Amino acid sequence: MKVLHDTWLIFHRNVKLMLRSPLWVVLGVSQPVVFLLLFAPLLKPALATMGAHSQAQAYRIYVPGMLVALALAGGLYAGFDLLRELASGIVERARVTPVSRIALLLGRALRDVVVLVVQAAIIIVLSLLFGLTVSIPALLIGYGILALITLTSASFSYGVALKIKNPAVLGQLINNVAQPLMLLSGTLLPIALAPLWLRDTANGNPFNWAVTGMRALFTGHPGDPSIWKAFAMLGGLAVLTVVWSGRKFAKSVR
Amino acid sequence: MGIIEVKGLAKSYETRSRRKTTKVDAVAGVDLDVAEGEIFGFLGPNGAGKTTTLRMLATLIPPDAGEATIAGANLRSQQAGVRAAIGYIAQGGATTDDATAREELVLQARMHGIGKAEAQRRAIAALAAFELTEYADRACKTYSGGQRRRVDIAMGIIHRPKVVFLDEPTTGLDPQSRAHMWDEVRRLRSEGMTVFLTTHYLEEADVLCDRVAIIDGGVIVAEGTPDTLKREISGDIVTVGVGEEFAEKAGEVLTGQDYLTEVEVRDGGMLRLAVEDGGTAVPRVMRALDDAGIITSTVEVHRPTLDDVFLTKTGRSLRES
Ligand SMILES: Nc1ncnc2c1ncn2[C@@H]1O[C@H](COP(=O)(O)OP(=O)(O)OP(=O)(O)O)[C@@H](O)[C@H]1O
Ligand SMILES: [Mg+2]
Repeated sequence: MKVLHDTWLIFHRNVKLMLRSPLWVVLGVSQPVVFLLLFAPLLKPALATMGAHSQAQAYRIYVPGMLVALALAGGLYAGFDLLRELASGIVERARVTPVSRIALLLGRALRDVVVLVVQAAIIIVLSLLFGLTVSIPALLIGYGILALITLTSASFSYGVALKIKNPAVLGQLINNVAQPLMLLSGTLLPIALAPLWLRDTANGNPFNWAVTGMRALFTGHPGDPSIWKAFAMLGGLAVLTVVWSGRKFAKSVR
Repeated sequence: MGIIEVKGLAKSYETRSRRKTTKVDAVAGVDLDVAEGEIFGFLGPNGAGKTTTLRMLATLIPPDAGEATIAGANLRSQQAGVRAAIGYIAQGGATTDDATAREELVLQARMHGIGKAEAQRRAIAALAAFELTEYADRACKTYSGGQRRRVDIAMGIIHRPKVVFLDEPTTGLDPQSRAHMWDEVRRLRSEGMTVFLTTHYLEEADVLCDRVAIIDGGVIVAEGTPDTLKREISGDIVTVGVGEEFAEKAGEVLTGQDYLTEVEVRDGGMLRLAVEDGGTAVPRVMRALDDAGIITSTVEVHRPTLDDVFLTKTGRSLRES
């Protein structure tokens, strides 16, 4: 109960502050939007090997991967915001109160989920203009996958930020995690194009299952087993990451 | 029994620079006993270990060694009890640029588990008490340094703690805001709180604090009320001006007086007298000189400052370090 109460408290505050400078939500989504517009003409020929025979089909392959990439990257960079908060003493101020430590994490990570929901909506609406179609139930399930990804990536980023504290080092580290992870998950380039050994690693990669599951949802196969596999693996990973990062909030030493 | 009792508190840091690891004893065995209702000052130069001590007592960093109880709660085994009893106001402040003072106060109260309506009531009361009502709904980044510091303190005491830790409450404030802040601190005490503050201003320790501990290099070098500390190291110095022609005679007259520990005739018709207590010595000196027909032109009493105390204990002046 206390955890829920405190999580709501922290979440509410962070959302409120975010709404005060909504620009960065839009800025965060600007790169995917540019990609979307820039690569639109190239999509069909590039994704032909994956069975894209029309522009709409190309979008059904491309957009889900892009959304997963957005959820991953958006969450992974959330740690920078925490570094700013650490420097301004807000985290410490909270840690002298009896507020739930896990709530300090969850309140923030859920704010990041909300940001992602908005950003994903922008991309999906734009894609609809280019001929993407998706059913509402499939979209909601897809949002569930994206939310788990953001929860995981943001929690990971917060935990690392509490440990590293140096923005330059954090930036390098996040880059080194994000780039290979996106490639290995086949978010933008289809993993099917990769050599065999790389494809094998993809089987144990929850984010690859997320991409596959999202593509299944967007191509109208809500019963595809990749979807529940994605949920199971991402769910487990999210729990582990939240617990790990929550501990860091409990005893962050600065 | 004091409301804050500390025994052997210690913390060291390892810092790595170019292959070399150096160990810094930030706090090297501190004992403290702060009585309820006191304004207790922790005076020391930069890097003395003030913040580190406070952060340990506020449950923010675990001590390497030592024990402490705060308002009856053990620092190691009853952290929740300690947190409920204390307010901690960090040296660098803790306000958010984009939040307003009212939002910050309500959030702080609610993080302490206070209900929404009560939190809002307390925020209103705190804004009024700290003269912030006028700016209550403006973003903190638009506040002056003094206003922002007052928000910090209002947040730190919103849950009415028994003990308030104030890390350098007046650093960076102009003299007027500083005096204002001293009044706030006294008000906290009059409301029944025990205030533990750090400072590197001699005057602040002297004028504001009931008791002072002087810390240097992680150890406490002196502790007591400002007056006893100053009296311990030396008495007062009285300087009397009588004019060149009377100086010699005045010296002879005063040498016999038993309440003067030292009489020295100086150039320019000045006498330098070392005394136990300047306040009682001056009238007697005046009378003795008067009886001898010597007219005094100037009298000046110099009391030792806490800087003299620091100098005696460490060989350095606090002003220089
Ligand atoms: N996280 C840390 N890592 C390494 N050294 C530290 C750390 N925190 C403090 N120190 C060192 O411990 C010593 C005491 O620092 P502390 O911040 O307690 O001093 P202070 O008395 O508060 O000084 P100031 O008046 O400048 O605030 C300093 O030498 C400082 O460099
Ligand atoms: Mg300090």
